[in-house]
Amino acid sequence: MVKLNSREDLIKFRERCAQAFNSETKKILICGGTGCVAGGALEIRDKLKALMEAEGLTCEVELADEPHKDVVGLKTSGCHGFCEMGPLVRIEPQGWLYIKVKLEDCEEIISKTVIAGECIDRLSYKQNGVTYAKQEEIPFYKKQTRLVLEHCGHINALSIREYIAIGGYSALEKCLFEMTPDEIIDEVTNSNLRGRGGGGFPAGKKWKSCQKQKDPEKYIVCNGDEGDPGAFMDRSIMEGDPNRLIEGMMISGLGIGSSEGYIYVRAEYPLAVERLQNAIAQAEEIGILGDNILGTDKSFHIHINRGAGAFVCGEGSALTQSIEGKRGMPRVKPPRTVEHGLFDKPTNLNNVETYANVPSIILNGADWYRSIGPENSPGTKAFALTGNINNTGLIEVPMGTTLREVIFDVGGGMRGDGKFKAVQIGGPSGGCLTEKDLDIPLDFDSLKKVGAMIGSGGLVVMDDHTCMVEVARFFMNFTQNESCGKCVPCREGTKRMLEILERIVAGNGKDGDIELLEELADTISNISLCGLGKSAPSPVISTIANFRDEYEAHIYDKKCPAGQCKKLVNYTIDADLCKGCSKCARNCPVNAITGVIKSPYTIDQNKCIKCGACVSNCPFKAIKEV
Amino acid sequence: MNENFDYRPIDEILEVHGTKPKAIIAILQDIQEKYNYLPAEIFPYLAAKMKFGEARIYGVATFYENFSLEPKGKYIIRCCDGTACHVRGSTPILTQLYDELNLSETKHTTDDLMFTVETVSCLGACGLAPVITVNGKVYPAMTPVKVAELIKELKEEITNG
Repeated sequence: MVKLNSREDLIKFRERCAQAFNSETKKILICGGTGCVAGGALEIRDKLKALMEAEGLTCEVELADEPHKDVVGLKTSGCHGFCEMGPLVRIEPQGWLYIKVKLEDCEEIISKTVIAGECIDRLSYKQNGVTYAKQEEIPFYKKQTRLVLEHCGHINALSIREYIAIGGYSALEKCLFEMTPDEIIDEVTNSNLRGRGGGGFPAGKKWKSCQKQKDPEKYIVCNGDEGDPGAFMDRSIMEGDPNRLIEGMMISGLGIGSSEGYIYVRAEYPLAVERLQNAIAQAEEIGILGDNILGTDKSFHIHINRGAGAFVCGEGSALTQSIEGKRGMPRVKPPRTVEHGLFDKPTNLNNVETYANVPSIILNGADWYRSIGPENSPGTKAFALTGNINNTGLIEVPMGTTLREVIFDVGGGMRGDGKFKAVQIGGPSGGCLTEKDLDIPLDFDSLKKVGAMIGSGGLVVMDDHTCMVEVARFFMNFTQNESCGKCVPCREGTKRMLEILERIVAGNGKDGDIELLEELADTISNISLCGLGKSAPSPVISTIANFRDEYEAHIYDKKCPAGQCKKLVNYTIDADLCKGCSKCARNCPVNAITGVIKSPYTIDQNKCIKCGACVSNCPFKAIKEV
Repeated sequence: MNENFDYRPIDEILEVHGTKPKAIIAILQDIQEKYNYLPAEIFPYLAAKMKFGEARIYGVATFYENFSLEPKGKYIIRCCDGTACHVRGSTPILTQLYDELNLSETKHTTDDLMFTVETVSCLGACGLAPVITVNGKVYPAMTPVKVAELIKELKEEITNG
């Protein structure tokens, strides 16, 4: 590759890349996100390549140096977001999206679509009898505004040249040659960009206070330790558009006056590490990253640190401890991270999505950014939409969109015959929202008012078959496991709360348990040191507030209204439906079912261990949970 | 120092990462990748090479969930129990895994060192819930029946070498 030594070099290089990019008129973009890769996307890509070559078609995996005619681009793109329908294949220039593509479909894609230019109806998305050939027309995409994720699904995630071809690193170029550090920070401050990691602290304010620190050695750290279960926005950005993150961090470095950046990536995201390493190597090779960027006296280096499986490392001071090679335990603040952060130096810590917002703010200006979403929380927010919902996936909507729009328009409503019950927002640190909260706009301040938080952006939708006490137990189990053990209220308090919740779901709840949970929650959230402990009781508090009757049903009536807590469920055989086939009796591991062939069987409740084997095996659906 | 232990692979890893304290997590990760766990022999060796206390290295190794001081199986099965997988039924999957392999919440590795079953709090593949991974390969939309089939296949793979 060439080495770019000046602004002119970059401009010329961009033109060349753009010409080559635009000459690839026909293109097949295969989703290379974790979800689709698990579904076999890479095998599909390889087969398409082999088939095209056999047909004598020139297939271009890597963007060529020079523009040329009659090539079909075959690209591994970032996550399209519609994970439920994967593996996904996008066809350009038509903009068609093929869903649930299998290896057997490859021949037809080549012969019908690539050669004959026809759309394959059976691979198109259908909803309520309507076929949506074009990706942008699918209801899931129509309500979205993709800014941070604009490139995901549209360019090769492995190629810096494609990123540059569509205008990548223009914002860095502008900062390097046209803006002073103060102007950069002012632009971010004026945009009112708020940190996407959960707290919503204004990014510009943080940058300014880091810039003002006297120590000349400063660090830019990116928090890619997306630990909330059910959240994968940052993973998708790192995998799908790694250069965007690098550009954002470099701009932050120029503003604050730092030449060293660290990205801390969760251990569970090996693909993100691989894609980032690839992007860093390419950026260094062409002279965008490293010493003397584009021939200037500015330098920037980026290091990647892989996490080792500790949720608490998502907390700022724990994260920097971990990068230093220590146990990742939070410390008392102040001093804050901007004063004494990584290696005790002033450090700017933002999360992936925050940095990824920066390039477009610099290019389009703060006023443009503030025109999206509400005044106090401008911009868009990416959410991971999961749980009992039709369209699971990664979405991006303007801040201020209501939950109802997200769940029922973008998410396509509830899955199967389930009825909406609650949505957990903000993961194990957040709260659950119910039907009455569906019209609340999703932004930092509105959610705070109802005791929830955006958190990193995980939305887990739950239907009426989900037991809220069990959900609270699940989250408490998670935070209890992840408590680092440094401070007593979190370490011991969460354990006691977990014990009580376990007792309740097992049918051994006692009068006074709810009050005891509330008292413990109050203590833990008031006197824990870091965010993990402070917010650990939130799921319990919000489920008690919204579903106190479910707790009471478990404790006093020994019943689980959702029928999920196995220990509180009794199985009985409906004598009218039972044909006496004896299958249940044969499958019962503890011989609790007895009877005579061809007459109704019965279950001995004292012997039954409630494993459910009889229910799933009964051919007549005669066994009921009561 | 244990004379029966071959320290050459450790030296190679130290060569890549250097011996500064900040490299310790990356070093332990590479060692774990090589041996599937952290052999006891490495602690005094690393302490001497990196010139800081064995206790600190041990402290790091025991703090992070990914490190194991006990040998793991040939097939490491990780069952995702993140929120999305949990609400779509990851518990029956885990139970099935335990049943098939005679493992439990306290016993994670089979005696023949062939299988290790662990839970992980989120693999980020929530769209495919519930998922498990076997040596890093993701198996989407699992059911207890699919688990039984998969274990059968893996066991056949072992007998056929």
